[in-house]
Amino acid sequence: MNKRFMTAFSLLLAVSAAHSQAVVVGSKMFPESYILAEISAQLLEDRGFEVRRRLGMGGTKICYEALLTGAIDFYPEYTGTINEVMLAQSGNRSLANIRAALAEQGLSLLPPMGFNNTYAIAVPSHISRSAGLLKISDLRGHDDLRMAFPHEFLNRQDGWPGLKVMYGLTQDVDGIDHGLAYQAIEDGQLDVIAAYSTDGELTRYDLVLLEDDLEYFPKYFAAYLTHDRLPAEVLEVLESMSGRIDDARMQQLNRLAMEPGISIPKVAADFLRDAGLVSASDARSTVLPQLWRNTRRHLKLTATALSLAILVGVGIALIVHRRRRLANAFLYFASLLQTIPSIALLALLIPFMGIGQKPAILALFLYSLLPIARSTITALHTIPPGYRQVAAAMAMSHLQEFRYLLLPLAMPHVIAGIRTAAVISIGTATLAAFIGAGGLGDPIVTGLALNDSSLILQGAIPAAMLAILTELFFSGVERALVVPHMRSNNPKI
Amino acid sequence: MNDSATEFHDVSLRRGDVVALENVSLKLKLGQTTAILGESGSGKSTLVQLIIGLLRPDSGTVKTLGADIDYDKPRPLRKRIGYAIQDVALFPHLRIRDNIVLPGRLSGWSEPDCTSRLKELLDLMQLPEDVLDRYPHELSGGQQQRAGLCRAMMLHPELLLLDEPFSGLDTLTRRSIHEQFLSLQEREAVSCVLVTHDPQEAINLAQDIVVMKNGRLQQHGTVDEVMNRPANSYVGHLCTGLSGKLG
Repeated sequence: MNKRFMTAFSLLLAVSAAHSQAVVVGSKMFPESYILAEISAQLLEDRGFEVRRRLGMGGTKICYEALLTGAIDFYPEYTGTINEVMLAQSGNRSLANIRAALAEQGLSLLPPMGFNNTYAIAVPSHISRSAGLLKISDLRGHDDLRMAFPHEFLNRQDGWPGLKVMYGLTQDVDGIDHGLAYQAIEDGQLDVIAAYSTDGELTRYDLVLLEDDLEYFPKYFAAYLTHDRLPAEVLEVLESMSGRIDDARMQQLNRLAMEPGISIPKVAADFLRDAGLVSASDARSTVLPQLWRNTRRHLKLTATALSLAILVGVGIALIVHRRRRLANAFLYFASLLQTIPSIALLALLIPFMGIGQKPAILALFLYSLLPIARSTITALHTIPPGYRQVAAAMAMSHLQEFRYLLLPLAMPHVIAGIRTAAVISIGTATLAAFIGAGGLGDPIVTGLALNDSSLILQGAIPAAMLAILTELFFSGVERALVVPHMRSNNPKI
Repeated sequence: MNDSATEFHDVSLRRGDVVALENVSLKLKLGQTTAILGESGSGKSTLVQLIIGLLRPDSGTVKTLGADIDYDKPRPLRKRIGYAIQDVALFPHLRIRDNIVLPGRLSGWSEPDCTSRLKELLDLMQLPEDVLDRYPHELSGGQQQRAGLCRAMMLHPELLLLDEPFSGLDTLTRRSIHEQFLSLQEREAVSCVLVTHDPQEAINLAQDIVVMKNGRLQQHGTVDEVMNRPANSYVGHLCTGLSGKLG
């Protein structure tokens, strides 16, 4: 029986995938960031590099942190954001200036891709023509225009208040939700709105951007931000994206990504082919390899965490079960951990462990610990004392007692605990994508951000299947290790 | 020269608030069966657990098979002793075969040695071979207790400790097990300490009887002495209406 147990256990450990050297690309949680990351990933793959995608990671701080720790190798960022958030500067700075400041932190910014994604003022093209509006300064004197801006833009010092003063504008402006503004302009209820200069809606609703002729808005040029340990060959490939995407092209890509049924990998692949960066014959589906990679990563996260939890949980149970108070204290502590919401636990670990797989594994480990330890302690407590007396009278050593008596008698409960922990872990591991650990949560997080249900299903269905397979796997383990009349569905001891 | 199975010198033991044994001194002989007779709570099971060192006295000393018990290293002594208790005698996750030969395997016996000893014991206890592949819960009560006895006898013990091994059986089954026990004891020449609450069983199987009540020794003597010259009214009351040995 011991041999069979060891086989099952090593099988569990073997699921952890081997580590290999790959370029890791990150992105933030909005479509444009996904598109730019996916374009770079496919370009690198076309040039023969292995690429791991950590897309849709929280916000700027998380991406930045990931880059500093080397959890990711690069991600698309904007000059304005770097200036404001990372370097805590206001106003425009030259590229050289920004690069010098980044270099001190071991980071470098590649040449910008061309477009500038900043706040902009948009009007329908027919109004632009009829009223002769081409520049923001043309708005002067047009007090009859109906204008509405997002609340944030209305209140930010670098938004409407400053704009009004610099251009000498006198219009009354209402507040409106960014998403609703496009609909209102389509319905003819508004004439002028604020937009981001690469919004896909601009081409969809036939809007033109007014030129910022006094250069009021800060520049948000997009460029890949890397750490300075990235190999030269990789940098060379990424640098080939320099100047490849202008405002109009980015608007078009963003718009395509909003179309139902067009995935971001497809948008990226089409762009690369049209731009002549990748030959047409190379257009292939990335869904299956991606799915396989995500599933493997998911298994690695859960299997590693679970194996550790089994070792520690069963170990602690063996140590503490003879002392009721100690056992109870441990169980209270583990229950306490269990009450922390998983997403909060993941966030709490970031300051200590950064982002990526390690904090995810630690969180999953902590969640698995309670069910495993509790079921083991319960199992050991419910073994009739008579058996242990007989074992002692039989002159069993502690090791023999463990192997011949405690382990087999506790096994049904222990397996039930491990089974519960495994299924919980597989569910919880989908949240690990938020801190860049990858896995089947990746497509779910991406799908949520892009409102793309087919992407969500690419993560949700395999995760559900994995949970079912895990159930079946552990029934198999139980059949292999536990005699029929003591299995959990037949608890006749 | 050692002629005692076990010797108690002024042994007292409390379990929680309860006095389990109080100032007990006795010497059980080798080469025969001694029955420890008493009601539940009389301290008779405690006495047996003291003999094998599962319990340690609060005061007094216990000598088993000729030497003071080494409580730090009790295993060598325990290998010389067979032990069987009521109800939970057999491990539920092992087939009967594996249950019985387990002490042999733990002591590093070869499989052929285990098997030949197993055959010997099955014959003695008249257990059919087909029970070997079953699990304990698939056996009748009588078969379980026979198997428990086989396991206790596996290592050719010098001393056999039986804690109510024949209780909970119907009269007919009990009688046939008694007979097998007697023939086993004769063949294997093993000394035996038998705990029972049944005076008739004590009379049938033992040469000497120790009567216990509330943790105190009431009388220790031969069957004849205890039956015919009770030390006090409790012993006398216990033995009223019993006949001599059966069969």
